[in-house]
Amino acid sequence: MSAPSPVVIVVEDEPQIRRFVRMALESEGCEVFEADTLKRGLIEAGTRKPDMVVLDLGLPDGSGVDFIRELRTWSGIPVLVLSARTAEADKVDALDAGADDYLTKPFGVGELLARVRAQLRRHARRGEDGQTALQFGKIKLDMARRLVEKDGQTVHLTPIEYRLLSYLIANPDSVLTHRQLLRNVWGPSHSEDSHYVRIYMGHLRKKLEDDPSQPVHFVTEAGIGYRFIA
Amino acid sequence: MTDQRPDPDQLLERIKEEDARAKRGKLKIFFGASAGVGKTYAMLAAARQQQALGVNVLVGIVETHGRAETEAMTAGLERLPLRETSYRGHMLHEFDLDGALACKPSLILMDELAHSNVAGSRHPKRWQDVEELLAAGIDVYSTVNVQHLETLNDIVGGITGIRVWETVPDRVFDAADEVVLVDLPPDELLQRLKEGKVYLPHQAERAIRNFFRKGNLIALRELALRRTADRVDEEMLQYRRDQSVSSVWQTRESLLVCIGPGRGNDKIIRNAARLAGQLNVPWHAVYVETARLQRLPETHRDQILKTLRLAEENGALASTLPGEDAAVQVVQYARSHNLTKVMAGRDHPRPWRPWYRSFTDRIGQLAPDLDVIQVAREEPEEKPGRWSAKPSQREDEGVNWITYGYSAAVCGLTTLLAWPLYTYFDLANIVMLFLLAVVMVSIRWGRGPGVLASFLSVAIFDFCFVPPRFSFAVSDVQYLMTFAVMLAVGLVTGQLTAGLRYQAQIATQREARVRALYEMARDLSGALMPEQIGEICARFLAIGFEARATILIVDLSEQLVEIHTQSGAAYDRGIAQWAFDHSEAAGSGTDTLPASPVLYLPLQAPMRTRGVLAIEAQNPHRLMAPEQRRLLDTFARLIAIALERVHYVEVAQSTTVQMESERLRNSLLSAISHDLRTPLTALVGLADSFSLTQPPPSGQQQEITAAIREEALRMNALVNNLLDMARLQSGEVRLNLQWQPLEEVVGSALKAMRLPLARHRVRVQLPDDLPLLSFDAVLMERVLSNLLENAAKFTPVGSLIEIGAKAGQGEVEISVTDDGPGLPEGAEEEIFKKFARGQKESATPGVGLGLTICRAIVEAHHGRILAENRPGGGARFVFTLPLGTPPAVEEREDMVTQEPIHS
Repeated sequence: MSAPSPVVIVVEDEPQIRRFVRMALESEGCEVFEADTLKRGLIEAGTRKPDMVVLDLGLPDGSGVDFIRELRTWSGIPVLVLSARTAEADKVDALDAGADDYLTKPFGVGELLARVRAQLRRHARRGEDGQTALQFGKIKLDMARRLVEKDGQTVHLTPIEYRLLSYLIANPDSVLTHRQLLRNVWGPSHSEDSHYVRIYMGHLRKKLEDDPSQPVHFVTEAGIGYRFIA
Repeated sequence: MTDQRPDPDQLLERIKEEDARAKRGKLKIFFGASAGVGKTYAMLAAARQQQALGVNVLVGIVETHGRAETEAMTAGLERLPLRETSYRGHMLHEFDLDGALACKPSLILMDELAHSNVAGSRHPKRWQDVEELLAAGIDVYSTVNVQHLETLNDIVGGITGIRVWETVPDRVFDAADEVVLVDLPPDELLQRLKEGKVYLPHQAERAIRNFFRKGNLIALRELALRRTADRVDEEMLQYRRDQSVSSVWQTRESLLVCIGPGRGNDKIIRNAARLAGQLNVPWHAVYVETARLQRLPETHRDQILKTLRLAEENGALASTLPGEDAAVQVVQYARSHNLTKVMAGRDHPRPWRPWYRSFTDRIGQLAPDLDVIQVAREEPEEKPGRWSAKPSQREDEGVNWITYGYSAAVCGLTTLLAWPLYTYFDLANIVMLFLLAVVMVSIRWGRGPGVLASFLSVAIFDFCFVPPRFSFAVSDVQYLMTFAVMLAVGLVTGQLTAGLRYQAQIATQREARVRALYEMARDLSGALMPEQIGEICARFLAIGFEARATILIVDLSEQLVEIHTQSGAAYDRGIAQWAFDHSEAAGSGTDTLPASPVLYLPLQAPMRTRGVLAIEAQNPHRLMAPEQRRLLDTFARLIAIALERVHYVEVAQSTTVQMESERLRNSLLSAISHDLRTPLTALVGLADSFSLTQPPPSGQQQEITAAIREEALRMNALVNNLLDMARLQSGEVRLNLQWQPLEEVVGSALKAMRLPLARHRVRVQLPDDLPLLSFDAVLMERVLSNLLENAAKFTPVGSLIEIGAKAGQGEVEISVTDDGPGLPEGAEEEIFKKFARGQKESATPGVGLGLTICRAIVEAHHGRILAENRPGGGARFVFTLPLGTPPAVEEREDMVTQEPIHS
């Protein structure tokens, strides 16, 4: 089948980085539009009907976080953020503003493509609601019956654990910050108690992961949050 | 209306008192009617009991006077050695205050509270030593006899005929936490005296034998019992106040005591202190200094100042008021301070001046609503020299004589002027000329010359003009009237002018004082450096007090440092330090080391004591006058506030500079990191995308691009390390501390290091019950990553790397262990240094910054990191993180187990 090639906008001020990102994405069959400033990027995003944005946080005419806020007012397309290693706070800000994933510079083509693919896949699947059963690894989830099984054994989850698991599963491959998880699972009044998330994430891992200290599905993004990988 | 609830202000006052008391030591006084009743013995017995209970008791000073039974009681108690001072060639022994403070006992015994310390001690009186001990939180036991109480001194003196000069202010006695009355019936005491068990100093034996008469002893015993009863009464009242049983409405009326130039002031003060104590009201003591009194000899003025100080010691607020009419001033003062009772000495009746109204009468007349209490003045045996007034060496004394000369000259001139007029004018008009002269002289030069002018004018007028001329004989009696009027005019005018001039002088002084304060405040407000404040202070004290001054301020290490000025006071660092430590004035004219020529005032600002102001006056007496001291205190306050302001200006400046440099460093670091990383990112990405080019690259080309990629990543690691190190070393890394499980960061480190660890076996053993720890996840991941990377780098393929943790005493120990070749002998510490590597010049890549960064991060978390070789071979890296109190987690919802819904 010949699905229309996904449109990706790359907002990045460094021409060499733009160049290899473009090469990599085109090798995946994407149609790529480039922008070197925030303003240009917003124009491209508004006119090209993109399926995804790859965004550098440090742009000459503003912060990438502002770009995301602006974009999120009218679009829910995936945003992959490129950022420097030490800027954890910037990443958290970008993710809280609505970015879906991030890549730390320097990154390889392989990593980039893996992330882009995951986000495009997730975005494409977004419409399909009503999915009631799900399987990842050894874990089977029956949403209708609220039943969780691992290796065929029923796993007992508390209501919060179950809510947390559901929220993670609803946003696969995306990085979810502590604050997002707290707000969506515990409610807005708990948004500062980030140790709650950590403790319950620990519970989930103990119940669902083979080796909780080397998780496969519930991955920690140090200083930022968590990512669920099916 | 009766209000059963305690007055909140009173309660607050009591709570404050109790607070202050809790920090202070407790004073227990063993109180007796006379020497020989066994106070010292009772004190020692009580002390021994305390020691048996495990209290650390120190004998500060105990006078056993060689009595064996008392001596025996001191056995087993630790004694503080006496301090030796030499005074005029004699070796004197005195209680060692600093020694006692250094020993820090829980309880110290201080016999004879009323004792006067030998010259050169810090405080003139032992009770002041005791105050300092109490302030240092040391409990004190002491003894005192009834005749040594300040306010009972007169009474006891009156009964026994013996005056003691060593006294204790009543407030010390009243402030004691406990008073134990040591009582012995007079007969038994006399018996003891007979047996020689009572110590009597040899020189005064006869006099003292006189003292120990049965009548005296009974009276003293009664006094002692009554004084103790008063105290118990006060305690009772206090208790009732606490319990709010009392419905007595208390007015805060207070007492004003007037001190005159006359004798017996000390007795008035003692009476007032006693009365104020009984009424439990605050009291004031004033001395009105009129022009006449200003001309009193210095010794007399000193005596008055001493009396004022006695009043202050006994708790009064003492002031000197300038003014012409003492009664008016006193009434004004009483009105402005809302004082309802005025106490003054009774004047002697003066039958030869029936028109004279005594001071108290005048007050009664001026203010009928004030209660006036008259106190009988005593006539103390005149001590030779005490009152023998030396005429004061006043400068204007000489000037006065010249003005008398001027006065005579004016009279002469008037005569010359009148001479030619004699023929044309009536005598009544000529006398007007003389009258004018008298008035002018009085106005110009005051009373004395005015009087002289009156007499001279009368004489000249009589001699030269009144018929018969050139004789003092007077033909017409009506001229006597002329003379009398002239004399009266001279006197009245002179008196008026003198008063006016005195008022003007006082007003000028007061204005000068206010102006000095104003100017000083203005100048200080412009000062930006402590040195400027020092200069301003020195200048104003030189002008206002003819004194040299030095400011000592505390530096960062809490040391007093002098602010250098051109002419400083010759201060003593020890006394200055004492004044600073105690926030109390010391030196000249104070309770502490009054013999010192320099006055030390603590500079108390709102936040803390900022330093000490040392003032060396040419005439120290000038500083002793209460209003001068108050002015000085105001000066000191202004200076302290200025110093504090300057201090905070400095703090603000250095903070700004610090923030600025931090901001600069951070922007520099992020600029460098951005500029270095951007090309590296491009390099890695471009090398990767080489494989995407058409036609596909050959195997060799692919190898080369892979190598380029590897090197670029290595370069990136290097840049990361260097930047991290720079950040950590600047000492201003902000830790993003969060409570989190260790397991999580171990997981993310393992994930980050999965490539280097791909060919090693990894085992993680974390206890299940490990509590949450507070750390910066990103930095801790870095520590673990570096340790894992190291382990992977320095061990052969297939080695086992273990991560473990163990909760210990207040900290958690986290270890990364391998079974590789281990560390080189003796390099366990070396490897944490910058650019150090296990093997020198080895081919293993990586500049040795990794472990240095680990150490910096761990130490920033208040942990330790160390490396060691395992006994079985291999290296072990251990770091610790402090255990804290993790925040509570509401597990309420967790209690319900999710029940699967079966369809």
